Amino acid sequence: MKKVLVILMLAVIAYTLGTSFSTIKFGENRIGDPKEEKTVAAFYLNRTPSELSVANVITAIVVNYRGFDTLGEVSVLFLAATGLGSILYRRRKKGEHPEVITKPASQLLQSGSKLIYPAILVLGAYVFIHGHLTPGGGFQGGAIIATGLLLMMMAYKDFEIRHNVLTWVESIAGITFVSLGLTGLIYGKTFLENFLPTGNLNDVVSGGIIPIIYIAVGFKVAAELAGVLETLLSNKEND
Amino acid sequence: MIFSLIIIIVLVLLLLAAAIYAVMQKDLLYATIATGVISLILSIIFFILQAPDVALTEAAIGIALTTIIFVFAIRHTSRREDEVTILEESDAQEMDNKESV
Repeated sequence: MKKVLVILMLAVIAYTLGTSFSTIKFGENRIGDPKEEKTVAAFYLNRTPSELSVANVITAIVVNYRGFDTLGEVSVLFLAATGLGSILYRRRKKGEHPEVITKPASQLLQSGSKLIYPAILVLGAYVFIHGHLTPGGGFQGGAIIATGLLLMMMAYKDFEIRHNVLTWVESIAGITFVSLGLTGLIYGKTFLENFLPTGNLNDVVSGGIIPIIYIAVGFKVAAELAGVLETLLSNKEND
Repeated sequence: MIFSLIIIIVLVLLLLAAAIYAVMQKDLLYATIATGVISLILSIIFFILQAPDVALTEAAIGIALTTIIFVFAIRHTSRREDEVTILEESDAQEMDNKESV
C-alpha cells in the first residue's frame, strides 16, 4: 500500500515537471534585444550599467531592485541562527572550556589550516567587497569566511570565538542595512532607494549604497554562520 | 561546443551516481560525503552554465557548511542507518508491551 502510494506520488510529480518543462525551449534566446526592453530581463540588462553603474547585474537586482527581499532573506537566516541557539544553548560553568574534541587534531590539519586561514578570510572579504563588480556578494563572502573560521575551530581546541563579538557584529550590520533603507525612504520615494552618487562603472567605490549593503550583509552572514557552528561545536552531549 | 557538452554529460552522470550512492549507502557518514560530492559537481556545472554567483554559493554552503552540520548530527545520533530503525522498532515493541500490560 505504502509503495503504491509512493509510486503514485512520484508519477504525479514526474507528470507535473514533464508538462511544465516541455514548454521551455532550451538554448533559445528568450530575452530578446536588450535595447527594446520587451522582457524584464532585458529591462534590467539595459538599465543597470547606465542607471546604477554596477557591472554585476545580479547584484543590482538582489540588492537594489529587489532589496527588500534580501532584507527578508537575511532575517530568515537570523531567525534560523537564533532558533538553533535557543535550542542548543547551555550555560557554561566557570572555567569550563567548550571542547568536544578529546583528541587533538593532527599536525597536518593544524599546520595546513594555519597556512590557509588568512587566505580564506581575504578571499571572503574580496568576494563581498567586489560584489558589484565580480560574481559573488555578501552571502557568498560571509559563507566563505565562516568556512575559514570552521577550519580553525576544528584544528585548534582553544580557538574560541566570543559570542559577544558575534552578536555585536551581527547587530551593527543589521542596523546598517535597515538604516540605509530608511535613509533612502527619507531622501527618495521608496525603502532602500539609492541616494548616494553612483560613480563610474567598474570602480570599487561605485553603485551608491550597493557596496555598503553588501559589506554589511557579508559581516552579518559570517557572524550568523560562525555562531551556528560555534553553538554546534561547543554543545557537549548531555547524556 | 561539443567538448563542453561532453563534459556536462559526464558531470551529470557522476552527479546521478553520487546521488544514488548517497541514497543506497547504509553508513551515513559515507552518504554525507556523497552529498558533498553532489554539491561539488553541481557547482562545477553551474560554473560551466555561466552562473558563477550560484556556483560560489553552492561551493561555500553545500560543500563545507552543510556537510559539517550533517557530520555533527551523525556524531550525536547513530552512524548506521539500520541501528536507527532497529532502535525504533524495539522502542515500538516496548511501547506495545507496556500498553498491553
